[in-house]
Amino acid sequence: MKPAAFDYVRAESVDEALAVLREEGSDARILAGGMSFMAMLNMRLARPKVLVDIMRVAPLARMEEEKGALKIGAGVRQARLLAADGLDHAAPLLAKALPFTGHAQTRSRGTVCGSIAHADPSAELPLCLVTLKGHVHLKTAKTSRKVAADDFFTGMMATAKADDEMIEAVSFPTPKGEGTAFREIARRHGDFAIVACAALVSGTGIRLGVGGVADMPVARDFPLLDGSALDDALNALAWELDARDDVHASARYRRELVRRIGRATIEEARRCRA
Amino acid sequence: MPRLSAAARHTVRFTLNGRPVAGQAAPRTLLSDFLRHEIGATGTHVGCEHGVCGACTVDVDGMLTRACMTLAVQVEGATIRTVEGLAPAPDRLSVLQAAFRRHHALQCGFCTAGILMSLDVFLKAEPDPSEDAVRDLLSGHLCRCTGYTPIVRAALEAAAELRDAQGESAHA
Repeated sequence: MKPAAFDYVRAESVDEALAVLREEGSDARILAGGMSFMAMLNMRLARPKVLVDIMRVAPLARMEEEKGALKIGAGVRQARLLAADGLDHAAPLLAKALPFTGHAQTRSRGTVCGSIAHADPSAELPLCLVTLKGHVHLKTAKTSRKVAADDFFTGMMATAKADDEMIEAVSFPTPKGEGTAFREIARRHGDFAIVACAALVSGTGIRLGVGGVADMPVARDFPLLDGSALDDALNALAWELDARDDVHASARYRRELVRRIGRATIEEARRCRA
Repeated sequence: MPRLSAAARHTVRFTLNGRPVAGQAAPRTLLSDFLRHEIGATGTHVGCEHGVCGACTVDVDGMLTRACMTLAVQVEGATIRTVEGLAPAPDRLSVLQAAFRRHHALQCGFCTAGILMSLDVFLKAEPDPSEDAVRDLLSGHLCRCTGYTPIVRAALEAAAELRDAQGESAHA
């Protein structure tokens, strides 16, 4: 449980970090809070030759409202976002989901963008990003691009980020007037979700995001369904997500959770809007 | 831009429990191993080494930190507190430590150093926590002896005692 050897670069600017990525390609990895990636290193699931620590790059610690979205830099720790003034008003889904993200002892160091980069299918922040139709801001030494959350997550802990790219920030849209709710089932609070649900309800429709079931978080839009029509839609979604059996839960249990927790989350979001 | 080579050991300096310390670390050296093997501060325990058990939790610049998921080279220049820094004197326990002793909040003691650090940082931010809040905090630690209930009792009693002490000093 010790990492394999690597060089350590303490980047002092984004350009310095990107220059290392350009030179070293897939041999280099970004290190931010380390609360997911250090575990990968300790278990030697990742064996980079160079680690680029970006936590001393001051501009990456910015958090700002920008065109109807909350843009969160790669250096922003989860605890700082959770403690931000007015978060429950500005970004209620994040305020509801973040307490489920790891434990106080990991939110203190772990970053928002790091969780997005790690792309664990049961993680809360990727689920929120997909549900809110957020974006990931990627940068190389020469180019910048903005990728929609749906296109960013490509599979189990796999993303559209190229080897020479780093996440500079992520944007969570902050729509007004929508009801929001977040629920999850885990063995212990703070453990990885067996199923997590995020719901947004507006005057015209429902959007439900589900994590922990498919290889990546998935969100679907529904009209304002009710009663058995909503049950039918959730049942169809539960089967569509192609749940798997693992040591934590059977596929059948996961489908049942999508139906029940999905419905409870949607109903809570409805009450929240009313 | 400092680049520390994998093949060499590098000087790492930080403040540990109020005193400046320094040692040599390879880039891959974990903070938990650095504290124990290089500095000789063995109060911090090492359990799972992937951030789950919480035994190695320390305070880095006021942030609760899994020392096993932090590199020694990352904490260059930081201010670190470990369990060795809690007691006010070699023959006196802190309020929290004394409450742990009274309530039998430990048996084997393996998890205790990490739990004490979590509670120490937590009670500064939340001097009057609910039982639920304490249990939520403890979800970041594994204890296989106590069943947690004595730990919760000790934490709540220590919080009350610390509030009283605070009140007295405010009125003095």
